[in-house]
Amino acid sequence: MIRRKQALAITAVIAALSLTAACGGNDKKADGSDDKGDKGYSGATASLVNASDAKGGELKLWSPQDVDFLDPARAYYGFVWNLQRLYIRQLYAYDSKPGAAGTKLVPDLAAGEPVLSNDGKTYTVKIKDGVKFEDGSPITAKDFKYGIERVFAQDVLSGGPTYLIDLLDQGQKYPGPYKDTDPNKMGLKSVETPDDHTIVFNLASANSDFKYLLAMPSSSPVPAGKDEGASYTNKPVATGPYKVESFASGKGATFVRNENWDQATDTIRKGLPDKVTFTVTTNPDDMDQRLLSGDIDLAVDGTGVQQAAKNKILKDANLKKNADNPYTGYIRYFAFPQTVAPFDNIECRKAVIYAADPKSLQNARGGPTSGDLGANMLPPGIPGSDKKYDPFNLTSGKPQLDKAKAALKACGKPDGFETTIAVRNNRAPEVKSAESLQAALAKIGVKATIDQYDGKLSSSTIGSPENVKKKNYGIIVMGWGADYNSGSGFLQPLVDGSFILPNGNNNYTEVNDPEINGLFKTAAAAATPEAAAPFYGQINQKVMEKALYLPINFDKALIYHNPRLTNVYFNDSMGRIDLAVLGVGK
Amino acid sequence: MTAPQHDTSAETPAPVSVADVPAKAIEGRSPGRIAWMRLKRDKVALTGGVVVILLILVAVFAPLIVGLLGHDPNEFHEDMIDPDLGTPLGSFGGISSDFLLGVEPTNGRDVFSRIVYGARISLVVAFLAAFVSVVLGSLLGALAGFLGGWVDAVISRVMDLLLAFPQLLFTIALVSVVPNSLWGFEGSGVRMGVLIVVIGFFGWPYIGRIVRGQTISLREREYVEAARSLGAGRGYILIKELLPNLIAPILVYSTLIIPTNILTEAALSFLGAGVKPPTASWGKMLSDAVPIYQDDPMYMVVPGITIFITVLAFNLFGDGLRDALDPKGS
Repeated sequence: MIRRKQALAITAVIAALSLTAACGGNDKKADGSDDKGDKGYSGATASLVNASDAKGGELKLWSPQDVDFLDPARAYYGFVWNLQRLYIRQLYAYDSKPGAAGTKLVPDLAAGEPVLSNDGKTYTVKIKDGVKFEDGSPITAKDFKYGIERVFAQDVLSGGPTYLIDLLDQGQKYPGPYKDTDPNKMGLKSVETPDDHTIVFNLASANSDFKYLLAMPSSSPVPAGKDEGASYTNKPVATGPYKVESFASGKGATFVRNENWDQATDTIRKGLPDKVTFTVTTNPDDMDQRLLSGDIDLAVDGTGVQQAAKNKILKDANLKKNADNPYTGYIRYFAFPQTVAPFDNIECRKAVIYAADPKSLQNARGGPTSGDLGANMLPPGIPGSDKKYDPFNLTSGKPQLDKAKAALKACGKPDGFETTIAVRNNRAPEVKSAESLQAALAKIGVKATIDQYDGKLSSSTIGSPENVKKKNYGIIVMGWGADYNSGSGFLQPLVDGSFILPNGNNNYTEVNDPEINGLFKTAAAAATPEAAAPFYGQINQKVMEKALYLPINFDKALIYHNPRLTNVYFNDSMGRIDLAVLGVGK
Repeated sequence: MTAPQHDTSAETPAPVSVADVPAKAIEGRSPGRIAWMRLKRDKVALTGGVVVILLILVAVFAPLIVGLLGHDPNEFHEDMIDPDLGTPLGSFGGISSDFLLGVEPTNGRDVFSRIVYGARISLVVAFLAAFVSVVLGSLLGALAGFLGGWVDAVISRVMDLLLAFPQLLFTIALVSVVPNSLWGFEGSGVRMGVLIVVIGFFGWPYIGRIVRGQTISLREREYVEAARSLGAGRGYILIKELLPNLIAPILVYSTLIIPTNILTEAALSFLGAGVKPPTASWGKMLSDAVPIYQDDPMYMVVPGITIFITVLAFNLFGDGLRDALDPKGS
């Protein structure tokens, strides 16, 4: 079994710290439009809106959330991965096409598909001719290897995903290039560079997800001569159509044209605006107003407008036609830790699931625009998911009190019990969800107390199984989005028993089922993502049958864009408006 | 009134019984009675007093009132809400004969019931915190003023320290570390206890300073000298001679810190350090209203006006009481 504990600890910290920790790379179905038939509303989720090849202008991106890092090895926020499509390229990247085509990986800096040999354990990739860094020097296989080696230097370059370490270290304990004893800093044994145009990856076992990892920004090429370690994040070397002109933490960044980027080598990006500015604001309501008045182009954080602006948009057809309601790839849910009585008993878990009022929970999160009624624990679009699989009939939208009371009786607590709901204090919709569940549970005699803990400390509060038991947290409110477009990227941290951590834990229910754990191994060994998909479907069913989670919704956001923008579409791998092709009209 | 009687008494030689005249003409009124008469003349203060009494009655009989005029304060009425916008259906925040003050956005809880139950939280916290402040403040203030010397120096510096302490930040930090159940209390009970202790504790220096100043001016008076020269002990002088003269400022100040406490409790609830959900509280309602005030202003107006009226009533009554108890007043 691959050890991914460190990756998870960091994932949890990032998820806790960031409002927008949508860790990119999730596949979403693009049918966000509703049945009201508003012309243009949610158009960009299904097709490219306002197509144009006109160049020029300044693209003004705003965000209430600062970037974590511009350094490709350290960035983990989903919206930063989107920003990075402007200035860095990888061997493979998600295609810039609407619909399912946007979830497919296409060669970017690679000349073609990888050649697999040695039972799928060896990946050989040829690099495209004529691709250059911003200083004009050619991109070679050694630059890719160096970029990947940087991920291993977690003592200097913390923050990013560490899946590559888990797959490529293979017992070498490689310390990263800064402590590399090799004079050329090429000490990582599992990656070979036979010549400047060829890179070879030797895996310990076949892994159908490996290409997804090569498409993550952390697999970008970095020129060893320009690497400044921890301060590389201030001026990463560009390979895309733009380069970083200036960056100030907490304020923003300016991107200008990279003269050494050649459109002929790039089938994904268009590079239309002359300049892209990224501005950090502390006032999201003010940002919404600027957005609606057309002063700025896009709120790039992708979490959607605040309630005031949302209601303004929904009431005004002129504004609504520039808005979209895409899936974010998140599932909001309640988890039932099995270590806390009476949730060790499946019947008591079922009682809570049946007693919940799904419609009321949806309203607590902001009504139908905030997401579709939850049914299971695999978001739509991830291979293997099935939105219609609804074992607890949650999409009926009504509490099922008879079933809930029967389950309570079967649990041996016919008069109900007392428990505690743990909820982050800095998330109003989560607090409201907890209140809704509290009110619903009161109807079957279950007395739930709401404990609002400091949301910034969630990795040590609910992420610590010991603390969960001590505080008697029978119900935990949370949300989760995948790191990459696969069932393991979403489900494994939540339900694989080997992922239970003493701190920064995400497997809140502490399920450690040999059957589920085994299915993850089987799925990873599958040759292709398509072949792995049915196994993730099975895991989803096993998890639901154990009644470990009460899914609240398949999350959606209301995103408004300036109508002057061209080539607007939501990339289904990110659930975000793709910056790679975006242009600025008049 | 008394002056003309004196004049007429000079003209009428008729012997009047000594016992009768003073009883009718020169009425011996206790200070309390004088204050009450003055208060009765002050219509503004009386109005404040009536509102205060009404509020107390509302808080005491909350279940009865809600049973007659409202719905359970924690019951959701989502059929009253537009699911897309999260705002109440109907105008003015969903005000109707069924929901007298409208419904809460998102979940449709009865605003009237929550205001009524919220009065309990506000008043209980405000009164008990005032009690803590008054007991601590008058005791320590009187000791500092009466004993002087190093006792005064220590107590005064402690008061300075507390006045300079960032109370709001301290409370928010404290609330986040206080466990869910403590000394047999649970949930909102613990939070209320913490609020009472904290607000009361940080409030005592204000009253302590006033009592100390008053004590210093009183302890040099002739009647205290007299008592002392007759051999009265310190305890006797403090309790029998000084305390009765301190009652008036303590009483006035008590009525004036109650509205301050109501505001502090609302502010703490607004900042998320108040009682736990689903318990209703005015400050929490206000903070819930902020993100949606453009679409549902009524949800902000109702708790806002409630807090405003409550604080104003206590202040008017307290002001009137001070005027009435003022020995130099007319």
